[in-house]
Amino acid sequence: MPVLDMLKTELREVNATLQAAAKAKGNEAFTIENPRGAHAMAVGLDGPISVTVKGSTGYYCAGMNKLATVHVTGSAGPGVAENMMSGEVIIEGDASQYAGATGHGGLLNIKGNASSRCGISMKGIDIVVHGNIGHMSAFMAQKGNLVVLGNAGDALGDSLYEARLFVRGSVKSLGADCVEKEMRPEHLEILRGLLERAGADAKPEEFKRYGSARNLYHFNIDHADAY
Amino acid sequence: MCGIVGLFLKKDDLRPQLGDMLTDMLITMTDRGPDSAGIAIYGDEAAGLKITVQSDTPDEDFAGLDAALSGALDTEVAMRVASTHAVLTLPLDKEAKALAFLEARGLRVMGSGESMEIYKEVGLPKDVAARFGIRAMGGSHGIGHTRMATESAVTTLGAHPFSTAGDQCLVHNGSLSNHNAMRRKLAKKGVFTKTENDTEVGAAYISSRIAEGASLGEALEGTLKDLDGFFTFVTGTKNGFGVVRDPIACKPAVMAETDDYVAFASEYRAFADLPGIDAARVWEPEPATVYFWER
Repeated sequence: MPVLDMLKTELREVNATLQAAAKAKGNEAFTIENPRGAHAMAVGLDGPISVTVKGSTGYYCAGMNKLATVHVTGSAGPGVAENMMSGEVIIEGDASQYAGATGHGGLLNIKGNASSRCGISMKGIDIVVHGNIGHMSAFMAQKGNLVVLGNAGDALGDSLYEARLFVRGSVKSLGADCVEKEMRPEHLEILRGLLERAGADAKPEEFKRYGSARNLYHFNIDHADAY
Repeated sequence: MCGIVGLFLKKDDLRPQLGDMLTDMLITMTDRGPDSAGIAIYGDEAAGLKITVQSDTPDEDFAGLDAALSGALDTEVAMRVASTHAVLTLPLDKEAKALAFLEARGLRVMGSGESMEIYKEVGLPKDVAARFGIRAMGGSHGIGHTRMATESAVTTLGAHPFSTAGDQCLVHNGSLSNHNAMRRKLAKKGVFTKTENDTEVGAAYISSRIAEGASLGEALEGTLKDLDGFFTFVTGTKNGFGVVRDPIACKPAVMAETDDYVAFASEYRAFADLPGIDAARVWEPEPATVYFWER
């Protein structure tokens, strides 16, 4: 297993090595040592590769990930797995602001807490947070699933489109146009699958589902005065 | 964008290394704020009051300053010069007279207190730390700031930390939107600021609340109600260290705690060399939540 030590190797070289290995589709497994909170670790990986980052990362780790698996053993800074297309990103610790923002696909599995704006404008990604999430999470979320085993902060799902939000604990407040919805058998099935993939110790029946009331979809002429 | 670092020691054995640890943390935050840098360090208490002053022409202004002040106050005055700054030590009851004397001589007062010394200048954090010899300084806690100016000019007085009362200081990442209105409100109460800077208003607000009897925690709680805009604040007092973020909390913040210290930084990178960081409890302070530690 190749090891890249950030005490000896520049970030650009680390990322270039990983990106080349991903493109080569050799299913290689890399270990990154001493990340020391570096920004933009393991970004733009476009192919099957496995990367274990031993420690904590700074801004934008695993951005634009495609097919690759990135495993961070510490915590991640703002913008982890931003615009992920596919693959899997696992954070053993906490994730900072806007984790999984604008993600199109794949699984972001956060074992600790995620702070504010988790899953903002998500477009198909699945996000499982084993702890709590902060305020304004899933703001303008369009597609995909956000699963939270703990509690959600203020204004969950504000101006939501069609993403599904599953929360096991409390929700401090719901954002504009976000409502609690009936948990039907197909939702339990989706949730069961996600919890299993994320290795989460929880039962689908313990969760509530939230989604869009779809009242903001159309311009309402009666509210014209408000604009 | 700005960078903040802070370190509060829970045990005495790390005290001699405080300046060294803070300097490394500060330099790591250079790309968040390369304009200017500053540090407030709570060192060993002097037998009396310490006043930190700054001059752009230190050779001229500091020559014989201690003797002149000593003569004016009719008391003993000790002086330690570090580059553009000088720390004058004198009896506590002579503060008002001493400040008036120093300001009349055109010196800029950075801060005063029994324990706090403030060093700040325009320039790269590594150069600022080196010219004052921050590495060699010991103490119980300290706060540093690297500035990328948005609200006011890049000058020595515009650099952080800001001190608006004895042993109190504030550093800030963000920008306040109601600082002019608050400055006028404070002026009506007789609290005046020296610069056009928004952070100084935040510092003056906290100091005025403490002067009115509020605890550090209550004063920080008050910022959430009375100050508008973006802020991650870190504040120091003689015995304490506090943190508060505005409710939107878009300015980054991370904290670490071990049995030996509590550390604050804008980014985790600043913690990478702290002793025992791998086993520390690391977390992001919650929005609109006051944290403080006192010894």
